[in-house]
Amino acid sequence: MELLRFATAGSVDDGKSTLIGRLLYDSKAIFEDQLESVERTSRDRGDAHTDLALLTDGLRAEREQGITIDVAYRYFATPRRKFIIADTPGHIQYTRNMVTGASTADLALVLVDARKGVLEQSRRHAFLASLLGIPHLVVCVNKMDLVDWSQERYDEIKAEFRSFAMKLDVHDLTFVPVSALHGDNVVERSANMPWYEGPSLLHQLEEVHIASDRNLIDARFPVQYVIRPQDQTSHELHDYRGYAGQVAGGVFKPGDEVVVLPSGLTSTVASIDTADGRVDEAYAPMSVTIRLADDVDVSRGDMIARVRNRPHVGQDIEAMVCWLTADTSLRSGAKLAVKHTTRWGRTMVKDLQYRLDVNTLHRDEDATELSLNEIGRVQLRTTVPLFFDEYRRNRTTGSFILVDEGTNNTVGAGIILGPTAVA
Amino acid sequence: MSSTDLTGHASPAAATTYELTHLQALEAEAIHIIREVAAEFERPVMLFSGGKDSAVMLHLAVKAFAPARLPFPVMHVDTGHNFPEVIDYRDRRIAELGARLVVASVQDAIDAGRVVEETGPRASRNRLQTVPLLEAIEENRFDAVFGGARRDEEKARAKERVFSFRDDFGQWDPKNQRPELWSLYNGRHRKGEHIRVFPISNWTELDIWQYVADEGIELPTIYYAHRRRVFQRDGMWLADTPFVTVGEDEEVEERLVRFRTVGDASCTGAIESSAADLAAIIEETAVTRVTERGATRADDRISEAGMEDRKREGYF
Repeated sequence: MELLRFATAGSVDDGKSTLIGRLLYDSKAIFEDQLESVERTSRDRGDAHTDLALLTDGLRAEREQGITIDVAYRYFATPRRKFIIADTPGHIQYTRNMVTGASTADLALVLVDARKGVLEQSRRHAFLASLLGIPHLVVCVNKMDLVDWSQERYDEIKAEFRSFAMKLDVHDLTFVPVSALHGDNVVERSANMPWYEGPSLLHQLEEVHIASDRNLIDARFPVQYVIRPQDQTSHELHDYRGYAGQVAGGVFKPGDEVVVLPSGLTSTVASIDTADGRVDEAYAPMSVTIRLADDVDVSRGDMIARVRNRPHVGQDIEAMVCWLTADTSLRSGAKLAVKHTTRWGRTMVKDLQYRLDVNTLHRDEDATELSLNEIGRVQLRTTVPLFFDEYRRNRTTGSFILVDEGTNNTVGAGIILGPTAVA
Repeated sequence: MSSTDLTGHASPAAATTYELTHLQALEAEAIHIIREVAAEFERPVMLFSGGKDSAVMLHLAVKAFAPARLPFPVMHVDTGHNFPEVIDYRDRRIAELGARLVVASVQDAIDAGRVVEETGPRASRNRLQTVPLLEAIEENRFDAVFGGARRDEEKARAKERVFSFRDDFGQWDPKNQRPELWSLYNGRHRKGEHIRVFPISNWTELDIWQYVADEGIELPTIYYAHRRRVFQRDGMWLADTPFVTVGEDEEVEERLVRFRTVGDASCTGAIESSAADLAAIIEETAVTRVTERGATRADDRISEAGMEDRKREGYF
């Protein structure tokens, strides 16, 4: 059974919680005691309907204020797939939360209210999904019951969304007309919309092809940890030296000619080990241990790649950064810690080139800072070379986080566009 | 590699598809997290209660560093109210691995007057675990503490990070958590602060059981159906042990039961079940309509925010 991670984006009134509740309930992922507790809380608060949002809003402040503060993770499975939902709230710190939830998602679910059509926030959701490199975007046109199941209205919204999405880097865009409240096209095909010939939402989630989303071409292995048993009692273990890590791209096989960065020394893969024995191939996201034929110096933060297919190696990087804190802002000249794959370094913001309006995609080149939830393009200089790829080519070797050295908080999320061009 | 179908049976997979099953993906993620901690922290420790989640976590840790030994010690917070089967299992497992066991004892804390034991027929030592836990962290200068919590088991846990920051007092601040993106974990902290790490955050109860079956992981025998003297309280079957006071209106009887979670004997309930092997347990788990904590944990029935409140104080 395959794992699909998806992020949901929507705002307070578009029925996102109802839709998720419906998916969970119909796939039997909501338990009786959970439902009873939610019904009780809803009743005590005097809600007209059972508020399924209470299933995910677990913190005291959330239940008291009726808002979602943070990304909530929910789990359900069908006989075909296991799903992890990153449910991101619609209003508070929207961008920060959606970027967090979307960073690991294979698919984004965007909700549009059929009565209201494509709003500014629908555009923002779609833009963030494309910025975060989510390969599949499913637009649920919800509340179809309130527009008399109108095909015309659905087609109108679809056309409007498509024309906007053309400006974005979206590879796979699909639409489903649904009524989350009544369950139409959520799990079962709807009898109310015979004109719709596509699959139900759940069917779509079960069938979308995600295996080829991974990069199987550019072999990348950031070294996490060096395994040396130093066991004096066993000759084999005494000399064992393995490089443990999670494959970030491509396929590694024993016998492959590889290069170790930053040293540039070359060797061949002697074996790929796991606790269950040796394997013939390793690919993302497998956690394995690579042994090399030669005694070369390799440590945490190094990267193993193929000799004829190397990542960029450099200290000058162009990136889109999303700022995640209200405590400070990002300005030219700021110095921060940076974590990229298994490597920590320090970085200076050389230049803030523009701030992007996530609603209009307008670039403000006069901007001098990025505040909480703002996204902009920056040029960075790092103290140590990073081994990176463009984010759109590899989400693991193309991403980084920025950490405030005073508070140790994670303050920025970075998406690498490429090396800075030499002037 | 092998793949796993719904019932947890391994079957050979074609090597050319480059797909992982959900259990393989979850295992790879957990091993990555455990290795990050070993690489970036000076003094990590792994909590081990002898329960199924910590058994799976410990198994993953052993796999992460094979063929080398576990590069950190294991800690048990001992309430003194244990099921003997669980302590036997704990000691056997630690001996097999040649690991170092640190025991943080609630009894010692009570004897030294650092915590006050609850009184009355419903007294439990569950909440008292926080003090010896935090003391052991401080005394041993542990900077990272692995826990086997899962996001699906409780709604406060659903919002906790994989790397979860704790201040000087061991407290969790749910509204001020570090954003966690991609698989880039930020474990930076000052002296005296520490990070709780949850490598199996994304596993569900069913995933745990399927993995236990696939990997042949040994568990304490109380997870399997057995006859036991129990009595009913608050709709749960509590075991008749020296640690609980059976009320006058409560009747002890022998029933066929098993435990879905393992914790302090005074607040962990059994369920009636005839599931005596893994296949039967997986089948039962797949169709159950009640969460494991709802079915078996008196500690989570205190209030809607019982777990959140305990976590804020520094609980697991």
